[in-house]
Amino acid sequence: MTDSPANSQSSTLAPEPLRSVVVRFAGDSGDGMQLAGTQLTDTSAIFGNDVATFPDFPAEIRAPAGTVAGVSGFQVHFAADDIFHPGDKVDALIAMNPAALKAHLADVDPGGIVIVNDDEFSKTNLKKAGYPTPEGSKEPTNPLDDPELSSRFRLYRVPITKLNQAVLKDSGLDPRSVNRCRNMWTLGLVFWLFDRPLDTTEEHLTETFAVRKKLPAVAEANIKALRAGWAFGETAEIISERYHVEKADIAPGLYRKVTGNEALAMGLITAGQLAGKDVVYATYPITPASDILHNLAPMKHFGVKTVQAEDEIAAVCMAIGASFAGQLGVTGTSGPGLALKAEAVGLAVMTELPLVVVNVQRGGPSTGLPTKTEQSDLLQAMYGRNGDAPVVVLAPRSPADCFDTAIDAARIAMTRMVPVILLTDGYLANGSEPWLVPKAADFKKIEVNHPDSPGSASGAATAANGDTGDHAEFLPYQRNENHTRPWMVPGTPDGMHRLGGLEKQNITGNVSYDPDNHQLMTDLRHAKVEKIAEDKTLVPDLEVLQGDASGDLLVLGWGGTYGSITTAVQRARAKGHSVSQAHLRHLSPMPANTGDVLRKFKQVLIPELNTGQLRLLIRGKYLVDAVGINKVQGKPFMVEELESMIESLVGSAASA
Amino acid sequence: MPETNLPVLKAKDYASDQDVRWCPGCGDYAILNAAQRVAQALQLKRENTVFVSGIGCSSRFPYYMNTYGFHSIHGRAPGFVTGIKVANPDLDVWMVTGDGDGFSIGGNHMMHILRRNVDVNLLLFNNRIYGLTKGQYSPTSEQGKKTKSTPFGSLDFPVDPCQVALAAGASFVARSTDKDRGLVPVMQAGAEHKGSAFVEIYQNCNIFNDNAFAELTGKDTREDNVVYLEHGKPLIFGKDRDKGIRLLGLRPEVVTLGDPGSGGVAEDDLIVHDQTNKPLAMMLATLHAVFDADGNNVSGFPEPLGVLYAEERDCYETLVQQQVDAAIKKRGAGDLDALYNAGDTYTIGA
Repeated sequence: MTDSPANSQSSTLAPEPLRSVVVRFAGDSGDGMQLAGTQLTDTSAIFGNDVATFPDFPAEIRAPAGTVAGVSGFQVHFAADDIFHPGDKVDALIAMNPAALKAHLADVDPGGIVIVNDDEFSKTNLKKAGYPTPEGSKEPTNPLDDPELSSRFRLYRVPITKLNQAVLKDSGLDPRSVNRCRNMWTLGLVFWLFDRPLDTTEEHLTETFAVRKKLPAVAEANIKALRAGWAFGETAEIISERYHVEKADIAPGLYRKVTGNEALAMGLITAGQLAGKDVVYATYPITPASDILHNLAPMKHFGVKTVQAEDEIAAVCMAIGASFAGQLGVTGTSGPGLALKAEAVGLAVMTELPLVVVNVQRGGPSTGLPTKTEQSDLLQAMYGRNGDAPVVVLAPRSPADCFDTAIDAARIAMTRMVPVILLTDGYLANGSEPWLVPKAADFKKIEVNHPDSPGSASGAATAANGDTGDHAEFLPYQRNENHTRPWMVPGTPDGMHRLGGLEKQNITGNVSYDPDNHQLMTDLRHAKVEKIAEDKTLVPDLEVLQGDASGDLLVLGWGGTYGSITTAVQRARAKGHSVSQAHLRHLSPMPANTGDVLRKFKQVLIPELNTGQLRLLIRGKYLVDAVGINKVQGKPFMVEELESMIESLVGSAASA
Repeated sequence: MPETNLPVLKAKDYASDQDVRWCPGCGDYAILNAAQRVAQALQLKRENTVFVSGIGCSSRFPYYMNTYGFHSIHGRAPGFVTGIKVANPDLDVWMVTGDGDGFSIGGNHMMHILRRNVDVNLLLFNNRIYGLTKGQYSPTSEQGKKTKSTPFGSLDFPVDPCQVALAAGASFVARSTDKDRGLVPVMQAGAEHKGSAFVEIYQNCNIFNDNAFAELTGKDTREDNVVYLEHGKPLIFGKDRDKGIRLLGLRPEVVTLGDPGSGGVAEDDLIVHDQTNKPLAMMLATLHAVFDADGNNVSGFPEPLGVLYAEERDCYETLVQQQVDAAIKKRGAGDLDALYNAGDTYTIGA
């Protein structure tokens, strides 16, 4: 293979330096925008930038081509500094058709770059995209002809379809296959614009098409298109600007890019290995959680057993059954599925078995916005069951953090005999970031104790219960000092016992309707969860991540809003405001010092992608008069939204 | 340890220390007793045996067995059974359910556990009534059933459990009644079957649906109203064993045995039961004795009891384990560092 142009020749137009750039690719679902975006991400990450991405899919798999409903987007943020979010405003929008322009133009920074595929702005496509036809005219308005557009943005009209066809006219591919190379042509132009090398993408195309799919002609055509796009930028002189984003100061080491769902799957596999358990992952396909199943299903050589159950309820019941039988039972779902699993999660609370339930949150209620992100299942996770049924709730803060949180969830579930709900969201699940590749040897084993006889179980519990130990009969609810009952596994001689949803007498585990016992067991189930916070290796103290330990304002977040909050607080602090940041990973039980941290600030702001669920908990639990900034638009927070809220609060604090 | 040193367990060794709390006279007692006798006959290892149930009168069953047990939630026992077997295929798992638990709230799961052929001994206690909620009609109640919830008679057509089980792909389907001499052998055949063994047991609820199966269980009426299915044997029944079932074209009919010259039918002309013949099993599943208010059998057919169908088929959990074993054989046991380093990694220099 010959050297790509970026390697063999330097551009004649010297690029201007920038600290960070946000590029969004937008086109039809079938236009290959996710691939183009992924390639820009990989190239930038390998070059040494910090990167964050956010894909935006339509809920329909293939909505009618050319319509706004069918537009698929992929946003890449690459920077010379640490970044925590995929970017508020788009610096460069690549719109492959009128619908893509219509759907995404509002997000482009005024003065930003807009590159459109001019060939696709036909009458038909304009109509499909819903551009109006003025009265007395037969043709719909072409937004590209609107002088307002050219004055607000640096608009580049590039006949991408025709240029790509011209390059590939001798490729031997049919016209449809030729058109499918347009994304690579466009990516080549973007690579020129942002001074990126082509080699990573060329290797990927060769590997995917020539090696794996045995389609060398397709690989060659894509590479040709990619280079042609680059060469067009260089020679056509239509675009008279170029940019370069320097390497970021990232901790040295081996990295790979991971999405939240990939990281979560690897975390579960790791947890299984650390505990010496098979992972039984039973689930029912649901957006945006299905990729966890897709990532786990090929991992059978780790002892991962995946079951695609007949429904959400069966899935959670299978996971509980697997835990009862002594393996790590896990189920994954999204909000509607969690609702269906509620009764079974209550059974896991009652039987005090380990269980990990992953909920990749999406817009609700009901079917809601399946492909969009939201944080509105927090209260469902906390309380969405009949009876007083406390569980552990954890939420990772970034795609890579899904890995560690999955291990923590499994560790708590198995060592404390308790169901754990892990709340990620669509943004974390599909978003990606660089992940410092860990070493397996660095992880602490998950110490799981299964009694091998009735006596060995009660022996451990003797001190806590004042019991003399050594029973002929196994006592399934004989607790240790953490209120944890023994995980006796079927197959163990003389360990026979019966679990179930009926209330059980403490210690013996016999069915009991005794009022005092029910009070005791309800209290114990709560105390068992709260007790976990006493172990700081399981629930570390809440840290102030930025700013002083006391001051005017603490911004307290949880889950996937971490990136936007971090940047917003950084900016507010740069302006001299007394603002600090803390982020809750443990929602139940909360870190032991949470109240102390909150009370040191005059005000607490809780940003959430819901109508104020953590705020309700914090106000109720700590009597702190927290205020919220809340949004449910299917999108992450923009940094500037948070920044202006912070400023309005610290401004008012200063004047009070 | 050599087998001879193992203590021989008696039926009562399979009973737990818990007081049995079904209503006096309930058919469940006989089924519990039968299960303990089967366990004794097979010398089941108590520590390797798990009884799983849903919700309902029958679902209290696990509390009364001195084995591992899981009294789960309404209708969902198949999920727990599947999870247990996938996690540990070596356990001997039994599932106890009822007509409401298994065919109303849990109907969906029933279909799926059977088609997957999870290795489970599945006992369906069919009393055609809701007992634990005090007497509403069930999905197997006959149409027109008057209960507290249907004072003018139930409107829904009943579901037929054995037909559903066969249609779902159950690899073993059998039927008996709580009072029948065939209960223990049928349950034992199910326990010995590898795969989902579906055993429907007509069970009398003496409080809310008393005598629902009186004609099939009464000493005087049973032999005329029941045909016992035996593999390789012709379908003969009746107190005097003078009646049989033959096929006229594709239509079964009850005939009187005897000399063809005097209007009787020869034994050779009867259907010979073949429990490996699924079309035959499906036909037999549609035959029912149906009684009017005076106890007259208006369908004319006897109720088939015994093993309707049995086939050998791979169990789900075995196949799951085989995929795991094959993957380990092919790729070696999983290596976490290899997992982390897979995909496009890149190095950021110091």
